Amino acid sequence: MPLVKQGRIATDSFVHVGDGAELPGDGAVLVSAARFLEDPQALLQRAGKLGVIWPNNRDVDDLVPWLDRLAAVALVFPTFRDGRAYSQARLLRERHGYDGELRATGQVLRDQFVFMLRAGFNAFEVKKESDAEAFAATIQRYSVFYQPTGDGRVTALHRRMQQRHSESAGQ
Amino acid sequence: MYAYDELDRTLINERVEEFRDQVKRRLSGELTEDEFKMLRLQNGVYLQLHAYMFRVAIPYGTLSSKQLRRLAHVARRYDRGYGHFTTRQNIQFNWIKLAELPDALADLAEVGIHAMQTSGNNTRNVTSDQWAGVAPGEIEDPRIWSELIRQYTTLHPEFSFLPRKFKFAITASAHDRAAIKVHDIGLRLHKNAEGETGFEVLVGGGLGRTPFIGKTIKPYVAGRDLLSYVEAILRVYNQYGRRDNIYKARIKILVHELGIEKFASEVEEEWLAMRDSALTLDQAVVEDVRSRFSYPAYEKLPHMPEELKKAAHDPFFERWRKNSVFTHKVQGYAIVTLSLKPVGGPPGDATADQMDAVADLADKYSFGEIRVGHEQNLALPHVAKRDLPALWKALDKIGLATPNINLVSDIIACPGLDYCSLANARSIPIAQELTRRFANHDTAELIGRLHINISGCINACGHHHVGHIGILGVEKNDEEFYQITIGGRADENAEVGKLIGPAVPYGEVADVVEDIVEAYLALRARPDELFVDTVKRLGVEPFRERVYATR
Repeated sequence: MPLVKQGRIATDSFVHVGDGAELPGDGAVLVSAARFLEDPQALLQRAGKLGVIWPNNRDVDDLVPWLDRLAAVALVFPTFRDGRAYSQARLLRERHGYDGELRATGQVLRDQFVFMLRAGFNAFEVKKESDAEAFAATIQRYSVFYQPTGDGRVTALHRRMQQRHSESAGQ
Repeated sequence: MYAYDELDRTLINERVEEFRDQVKRRLSGELTEDEFKMLRLQNGVYLQLHAYMFRVAIPYGTLSSKQLRRLAHVARRYDRGYGHFTTRQNIQFNWIKLAELPDALADLAEVGIHAMQTSGNNTRNVTSDQWAGVAPGEIEDPRIWSELIRQYTTLHPEFSFLPRKFKFAITASAHDRAAIKVHDIGLRLHKNAEGETGFEVLVGGGLGRTPFIGKTIKPYVAGRDLLSYVEAILRVYNQYGRRDNIYKARIKILVHELGIEKFASEVEEEWLAMRDSALTLDQAVVEDVRSRFSYPAYEKLPHMPEELKKAAHDPFFERWRKNSVFTHKVQGYAIVTLSLKPVGGPPGDATADQMDAVADLADKYSFGEIRVGHEQNLALPHVAKRDLPALWKALDKIGLATPNINLVSDIIACPGLDYCSLANARSIPIAQELTRRFANHDTAELIGRLHINISGCINACGHHHVGHIGILGVEKNDEEFYQITIGGRADENAEVGKLIGPAVPYGEVADVVEDIVEAYLALRARPDELFVDTVKRLGVEPFRERVYATR
């Protein structure tokens, strides 16, 4: 499954480690929320970066105390039709100030890339090779956005106001 | 009318191109049907019994003549020459070809019409009072806020994959023509004790399998806070609404299971964490949207022009005028409802030729504007009273002057088993038969206001729960049966109708309705006691006795 970061297919430096599996001595790992919450301190003291895969039916509040020490948070789309992780992503980014890697996992498809970017995701475990290759082109589909989110894109409402101001300034 | 600017136009064109690409990938097999299904639904495309069905949004029920002509063009060019106006200010085309859909969308986009989110588990077309901006006594034009919500909900990055569909309706009049109490979020513009305009917010109304009347979650939300408050509701719903069972996934179930107080406190907590954000609507932003609505330059006209006095001698004109012409906020003008319920016709259908003709009449008599109401009729919102006789003649010629507005044959019905893959039973032939039974205008007038609503299955697209008489098609041993409820209503006193007795077979529905109406005529306290008030006063029992005594 290709990983897309910074708009390009990239090598995944994180290793997914299952709940029963032994942790490698060093290197970046992604573990489940259950495993992480069992003993967060021990995992955080380990050499190597730590990322947590957070399920979409658990409040992100439980993760907030640890956010500044995590290298990655992976949110889950069990199917692309289940949109809970969009809310989790915006809460992590916009309310809790998380600025590390925010990864979309699960059924991550081309037609949701723009929504995911706007919600704050910056890494994508893309289901299909062809979708991953189309990433850069796909995210340019839209140039107009109606909603303000934490991604900083200027909304249509505010672009109109800016236009009005520049028009009246020019008169 | 709201005039799209360059940004609005760009966005819908970008959406058309995205959909063109999605269709291309489906046709090439790159997308599976499972993957494509949600993508096409998000753009209003269903797979029905015989073909794809294409649902186009008419936000808050306002159309320009140019837009209506383009809908006629789509009906003619890509479909079979007609369209069906729905109960949610949409129009549906029933015979569209997938490969041609992107072109149809591109044609519509040229006049600022789209099909975004007319189906799928997202925020649907924002509906409002079809008399918005012209109804006497309105607080203010609710379409300004409808448009703000339309923009806010269009391609929302967080709420495009909700547990289930989500519908908004807005009214600014004391009499609710937008059925806000049976919507996921209902908004009622009103003034608070300080005289400021804001919204009563209702949540959790809806029909379908489990009907609920919406409950007030907050009695007053200021306009500046409207979007942040709506976002708080949607965020709570997106995270906690049920996704394990499609029949329990609407927000009404979440509100019911948590209780309105608990749900309201969850929303309040979320809202307080974000109310002062980029979603706050500054006065200037609202005014900018307001400035892009144009209003007619009304003339100063007499209340009772000569033309009207003269025409009053024609009993057929008078009958139509009394039935289909309504008071306008400006003296000398009227709102005219165009019945899409001819005797023997499918409710809500209009041919391409009728649409073109209505567009021409709108140019001539209504400042180029047309409205679409949830009762599946059209309206011309700004007709000078002196033009009423001429307009009536023109409407009569194209079959749109049936004087049955709000009467027993003004039936609301879903497409039913004639088109829909979800339906258990037919709706249209039941409606057609009822219009024939009650074709006599004098009888219909004697009966007075009576709304019949028909749904071909429990999904309740015909809003049967809130019909004064509601008819629901079910299936029993491979046969079409119909449950009948009475006493429902969709207005400001919204109520869910009560079942009158066991379901009856297809062939008996019209007889049962006639029996109910006869019982009402015998039971009503005065000639002006409406059917729905008689049911309220007496309950279901006397009607049940009458209907089932001989069955």
